[in-house]
Amino acid sequence: MSLTLKALKKSPWVFHVNTGACNNCDIEILDCLTPRFDVERFGIILVGSIRHADVLLISGPVTKNCLPRIKRLYEQAPKPIKVVAFGACGCKCGIFRDGYNIVGPIDKYIPVDAYIPGCPPKPETIISGIVKVLSAL
Amino acid sequence: MQTAMYIFSYLIFPGFLFTAVIGLLTTWIDRKVTARIQWRVGPPWYQPFADTVKLLGKEVVVPAGARRTGFLLVPVIGLAAATLASMILWLVNLNPSTSFVGDVIVVIYIMTIPAIAMILGASASANPLGIIGASREMKLLFAYELPLVISVITTVYKAGSFSFESILTHQSQEGVMLGSLSGVIAFIVAIFCGQAKLTFVPFDIPEAETELAGGSHIEYSGAALAVVRLNMAMMFFIIPVFFITVFWGGIAFTGWRILTSIIKYVVIVVIMVLIKNTNPRVRIDHAVRFFWGPMFALSVVAMILAFLGY
Repeated sequence: MSLTLKALKKSPWVFHVNTGACNNCDIEILDCLTPRFDVERFGIILVGSIRHADVLLISGPVTKNCLPRIKRLYEQAPKPIKVVAFGACGCKCGIFRDGYNIVGPIDKYIPVDAYIPGCPPKPETIISGIVKVLSAL
Repeated sequence: MQTAMYIFSYLIFPGFLFTAVIGLLTTWIDRKVTARIQWRVGPPWYQPFADTVKLLGKEVVVPAGARRTGFLLVPVIGLAAATLASMILWLVNLNPSTSFVGDVIVVIYIMTIPAIAMILGASASANPLGIIGASREMKLLFAYELPLVISVITTVYKAGSFSFESILTHQSQEGVMLGSLSGVIAFIVAIFCGQAKLTFVPFDIPEAETELAGGSHIEYSGAALAVVRLNMAMMFFIIPVFFITVFWGGIAFTGWRILTSIIKYVVIVVIMVLIKNTNPRVRIDHAVRFFWGPMFALSVVAMILAFLGY
């Protein structure tokens, strides 16, 4: 295993995008940063700019307005970047699948490396999903 | 021979390699203390090294519309300046005879270059948020430089000469600057100015994660971001060492003084981290008013006390 790959596993920086979710998943993501779960132990931090990110975390079904922006974000990210679809909506559009403004789950448009299901996923599920993404590298 | 010695000390010991390693360890102390204050566990000690190695292996994106050369060159200039400041400070501490008249002024000037480099890099990035960050960094630079220089001049007046050697000899003969009233006041002013120089909370206005999303370094990615972060880590090492040299008797590598030097350094770092963790971010106009009002007045008071012999 190369040194950079080893380092990448030790410090995945996450950029989080809400593509039309109901905000419940976003609250659960913030839960992971609290003292009880503290993902900074594994070097995971939330970053403010896509240029700094290693993981693109997408929560929510994709709305028509969001689609060009999320595609552009994916193009702007420095490679290698891992994409994680988050929550029931991120994986399969969830209860919004028949909505008039929904253009489908995110994996129709950009390659997704991992799915974390749940409505919303528990912090334990999130951590286990992250571990699976990293061990598949 | 002399040239080879200087190249060695610029690149390896007390220069680039040493400063980078200790600076990254210092950012770990920062993150760990922050985590413990918030009742978290915090990252392991190798975390900053893993971050740097990972960033070096990633793609460097230059945004469309950015000035490519300036954008990529400027962080390296900041890094070179930080290395030079560290080298001068350490050589003086290890061997006072390398000091020359005016090196205090030289170090104060060199320590502003990383901030100026950040302003130029953010202006070249063609990102509106980055440009707002650059403009705020510039205002902050104008705000904190004046009180910092006056508080350093207080100690220079007591030592009688603009060289680190005379400041260190004065302190070893007549007690540290922190032992006198004017020294304590000047040190308090200098700590706040250092906080602004490192763009730590409450003066992280140019970066402002929540509103500017990284501000002045928003567009940097990959190896360029690694250089920018390394630059900040090195400044986090240089500024406490500068304060120890000027106010607290300097650093030495002989006998028990190794231990006391490390304790002095950790104490200053932890004070800065505690200020960082117990304060909210202030607005830029409040920051400028704070430095030109109370801090300027305090540094002038320290100066007058030094003139009166306290």
